[in-house]
Amino acid sequence: MAAPVSLQVEFGGGAEFLFDGVKKHQVTLPCQPEPWDIRNLLQWIKQNLLKERPELFMQGESVRPGILVLINEADWELMGELDYKLQDQDTVLFISTLHGG
Amino acid sequence: MKCRKGSAVLIIRVGDPFCRNCFREYFMHKFRAMLGKNRIIFPGEKVLLAVSGGPASSAMLRQVQEGLSRETAKKLRFIPSVIYVDEGAVRGQSPAQREQSLACMETLLQATGFPYYLVHLEQALELPASILRPGPATPSEPGVSYKEAVEGFIQQQRQKGYGDKDSGTSLPGAGSGESPEGAPAAPRLPAAALTQELLKLFEAVQTMTAKEELLQMLRTHLILQTARTKGYTKVMTGETCTRVAIKLLTNLALGRGAFLAVDTGFKDNRHGDVMVVRPLREYMAKEIAFYNHFFDVPTVIAPPLPTKRRDKPSFRHVVESFLLGLQKDFPSTISTVYRTGEKLSADRAKPSCEAERCLLCLCALDLDGEEELALEPTLIIDEPELERNGCCQDPLAAWAERKSAYIPLLCYGCRLTFKELVRLLVWSGVFSLGTGVPIPTALLLQGPVTTLPPYVRAEAQRRIHR
Repeated sequence: MAAPVSLQVEFGGGAEFLFDGVKKHQVTLPCQPEPWDIRNLLQWIKQNLLKERPELFMQGESVRPGILVLINEADWELMGELDYKLQDQDTVLFISTLHGG
Repeated sequence: MKCRKGSAVLIIRVGDPFCRNCFREYFMHKFRAMLGKNRIIFPGEKVLLAVSGGPASSAMLRQVQEGLSRETAKKLRFIPSVIYVDEGAVRGQSPAQREQSLACMETLLQATGFPYYLVHLEQALELPASILRPGPATPSEPGVSYKEAVEGFIQQQRQKGYGDKDSGTSLPGAGSGESPEGAPAAPRLPAAALTQELLKLFEAVQTMTAKEELLQMLRTHLILQTARTKGYTKVMTGETCTRVAIKLLTNLALGRGAFLAVDTGFKDNRHGDVMVVRPLREYMAKEIAFYNHFFDVPTVIAPPLPTKRRDKPSFRHVVESFLLGLQKDFPSTISTVYRTGEKLSADRAKPSCEAERCLLCLCALDLDGEEELALEPTLIIDEPELERNGCCQDPLAAWAERKSAYIPLLCYGCRLTFKELVRLLVWSGVFSLGTGVPIPTALLLQGPVTTLPPYVRAEAQRRIHR
């Protein structure tokens, strides 16, 4: 049983428009049998933070191509992407590079 | 990683991670190398940076700031100013939100110390028709070689000592930024009537694709107008490699294949006197996003154009998802598309005389014979239904004539856009006739003419009557 995890989840580059324009979210993930990874976090965000149009943020179980993910100020591609195991007090930042119009 | 010291924070190419410092060096070097390699911007030249507040153009602004503050050997030597076009009206912002965005933008621009111009998209309605004509080519270019110009400039600088160092701040901001330092006046929005007129223009356009084209055209012309009236010979825009690749495929789909090289190349010389330069063409959107995040580059992100369609709102959106989706599994997709575009020549877009120049995009008319035949029926198909109605034959005939009179002035791609620009009124006309509701003659008379910006109408009339 993994303990609850506190995270700072941030959105930028226009991704914040999908979250009521709020850039920084302090979240606490509840206890669950297996440890929290980015894959689970994305599902949690989809159910708890994402208010509308999930297709603009998610694609399948991952983020939509064109949305960058930084875990503790580093490219998630260096951290194992979806499989990264979240630690307490981690910061996860999503930056959209998609063009608004 | 080059330095073998810092910890890896970012990966651009497979197997080649960067630490923060190496990335910063790499990023800044790329910008100077791009300008150095192309030898287009002359020392002492006045350059207008087109900044939207978005990630790419904000990163470009930062690069120019960094470049000007460098030690002499690597220093950029042109004189920059910034232009920001406020598009809040068509991006669905309320007046209060627009004021707020403008204020943010103004703070950001003031912090650079560069002179700046704040322009509203509404001002496009007041553009002169001459914006659709190319200006005389700048005299400096053919005569002096780049090398001579640089050497001359360095010599001049030595003689003058440090005199020019802060020429960037000597001009106070223009436009609504003219207020003296300390007391930034609230940026004024254009008159509500003008905003309404602009919105009408956009509401008349049904497809998002055409709306995007219209917005881009108005924005380009506004920037060009400022460059011309204030004496700038170069405009820098912030298209990234990702944007260029998307634009290449989008423009192909839009029927602008003949002009890909000018629409996406490093330099775009279609306006004659003012050259558009795209110095960020070799940066991926990812590099820009990481740079801005790591080095606190401020941005003011404008909301997207409002759309009713949930998915596939425009060609560009479709191409963007397609390319980025492919890029995810095949990481060289974008650079391959980009490099393919590099091989294209701009010659095809160069008109030999004014009569062969497209009214809207200023490229050479690319239609000869067959293609014209293929397109013509789709343009005329909307009209006969209206002409069947006898009661207002005259205004209708005049209108149809006017609409078709525009066609020969336009290139293939702009004909397609034009068709979208004038479609709504045709359609609503048919609808009203069908339901038997009498239509005021005035509405019919409006035709395509009022759904085009005034300066386009004026220039079209000039060309038609010649």
